[in-house]
Amino acid sequence: MLYREAGDFKTTYAKDQQTFPIAFDRRGYFLTLIIAFLVVPFLVNDYWLNAILLPFLIYSIAAMGLNILTGYCGQVSLGSGGFMAVGAYASYKLMTSFPDLNMIIVVLLSGGITALVGGLFGLPSLRIKGFYLAVVTLAAQFFLVWLFNKVPWFYNYSASGQISAPEREILGYAVTGANVLPWVSYLFCLSFVFVLAWGARNLTRGANGRKWMAIRDMDIAAEIIGVDPLKTKLTAFAVSSFYIGVAGALLFSVYLGAVEVGEAFGISKSFLILFMVIIGGLGSIFGSFAGAAFMVLMPVLLKNIMVGQFGWAIDLAAHFEFVIVGGLIVFFLIVEPHGFAQLWSIAKEKLRLWPFPH
Amino acid sequence: MSANFYYGVEVFLNGLMTGVMYSLVALGFVLIFKASGIFNYAQGVMALFAALTLVGFQNGQIPFAHLINAIFGTDLHHFGWQMPTFLAIFFTLLVMILFAYIVEKYVLQHLVNQEPIILFMATIGLAYFMEGFGDLMWGSDVKKMDVGIPQGGNLWLEESTAFLGGEDFFGFYVDNLDIWAAIFAAILVTSLVMFSQYTKTGRALRAVADDHQAALSVGISLRTIWVIVWSISGFVALVAGIMWGSKSGVQFSLSLIALKALPVLMLGGFTSIPGAIIGGLIVGVGEKMFEFLIGAPFLGGATENWFAYMLALLFLVFRPQGLFGEKIIERV
Repeated sequence: MLYREAGDFKTTYAKDQQTFPIAFDRRGYFLTLIIAFLVVPFLVNDYWLNAILLPFLIYSIAAMGLNILTGYCGQVSLGSGGFMAVGAYASYKLMTSFPDLNMIIVVLLSGGITALVGGLFGLPSLRIKGFYLAVVTLAAQFFLVWLFNKVPWFYNYSASGQISAPEREILGYAVTGANVLPWVSYLFCLSFVFVLAWGARNLTRGANGRKWMAIRDMDIAAEIIGVDPLKTKLTAFAVSSFYIGVAGALLFSVYLGAVEVGEAFGISKSFLILFMVIIGGLGSIFGSFAGAAFMVLMPVLLKNIMVGQFGWAIDLAAHFEFVIVGGLIVFFLIVEPHGFAQLWSIAKEKLRLWPFPH
Repeated sequence: MSANFYYGVEVFLNGLMTGVMYSLVALGFVLIFKASGIFNYAQGVMALFAALTLVGFQNGQIPFAHLINAIFGTDLHHFGWQMPTFLAIFFTLLVMILFAYIVEKYVLQHLVNQEPIILFMATIGLAYFMEGFGDLMWGSDVKKMDVGIPQGGNLWLEESTAFLGGEDFFGFYVDNLDIWAAIFAAILVTSLVMFSQYTKTGRALRAVADDHQAALSVGISLRTIWVIVWSISGFVALVAGIMWGSKSGVQFSLSLIALKALPVLMLGGFTSIPGAIIGGLIVGVGEKMFEFLIGAPFLGGATENWFAYMLALLFLVFRPQGLFGEKIIERV
């Protein structure tokens, strides 16, 4: 009843092409935004922020980034961890070299630097395809992590080899460092998520996105109808790396505060983000959020149940977590290989006909 | 000849030996990829799991002891007997075959005709699952593997080559274990080739590798073949697990050898058994020589982490299907 196009007349082309053509969706979208921006900041506390909200927000940016590359342009990448490291180290170098630089600009510049690096590692994608490309992106992963470990310039010659974020302020409120208020860092990350998600949605449905999808569906055919594979693949790599770099910068400066590169940006991070994209749904912005939420929430939930309820030893719970995460991934792939996004769109289709499905 | 040159030769020899170890892991990948088009990321974890199971059987550990203790408050750990090695290997093989059957029945069968990336993700999920499962079953402490393969430097080789260098050269150091690994690898590859060339099952395997549908239409059961292939690669994983486990102890890091095998595969081509061997040797020698000549003196060491990948990347730019891979033909 509520979920209908009927009666919602589109009188301009702009209205006809909007992201949420159904009024119910539009209201839900604005309601979510209002709650996220105006209600949650008053409720958020340290536990919720650090266990759930910040990782969710930051990983959704990374998942969107990888989704642009893998879901929309069809280039599988296992180098996301390495690119996040580029974002993190770029933001560290910028923060320490230019102490007066605004944090927003720092994060955006880090994304830009990562985009350059990503574009560089994207060059081989013109020759190398499919799995071969996936494995080649591991070169980026291992090489970048090694680089940040071995070249002292990147960590300012600190004795521990770690980097830690100095305190920086925006409008008088600290956003990095030790004295951050929960709601400030929440809003800081949320704003990035909002703007980047909005950008991703509009990029992927515009000319660029259509080119990416053409390349994904069949690159030779796309080339024949006039899509330049060089430009298209490289823009996909650059845009995707920009998102992943921003996520890396936020993860380091706002969420973790101090980072050791092999530990925080290792190969397991690349897999984590790939899981988010696959479980959420390839080629869907909503899917990136759903996948990130799932992969962030599930370990927290499992840990609470096993350690909190059953009182098991932590290492035992950790092993069990591996079993369950692995099992669930396989289960999801068998039941719904197209991820949460597909479930979501099936639900919406059903809802349009409800309560008279025939 | 200067001593430095002989050190170089020694590094080269050791590189060859390491390469053999990489090839052992890569072999398992190739077998499964040829037969089912699945890129099995879990191969490394399979090696770890096989090694854990073998050690567990040998020492008479009680499976799931931690879990049982946590639930029932008991204090179990060992049965209290030692199993002879060959018997333990036999039982481990049975476990790997059972594993192959379960994977086929509960995972692969439901994922037929999915895109390769989905299958790849499923094997990553499988790898996570097995990693946790192995730890649950046998505990996560580092275990010592001893199946009676001699270890330590080969004295004969050292003594017979010591005269080559000058005062400060004491002969080539090559670990006995590595030599045995090379011998086992040679036997393994020969028997695999014989198996696939001269037996009926082997012929069926090759038919499936060539064309799934054609194989189905002449009456070859895909499901049986997949169980067989996964069992064989479970066996290869066991051999790799024994070798790597004897070398560096049975522990989590064993599963990371899968990551070492990937560039080997890329170099050799995903579909070629000789490719896996030669790729392994190239990567082994390449990364050791690079570390010796350039990495350690000029770049601060630890270049072994990425050298193989960079080599594969550069190589693939010129030859996208690897050394022996099937030519990639693209049609619209």
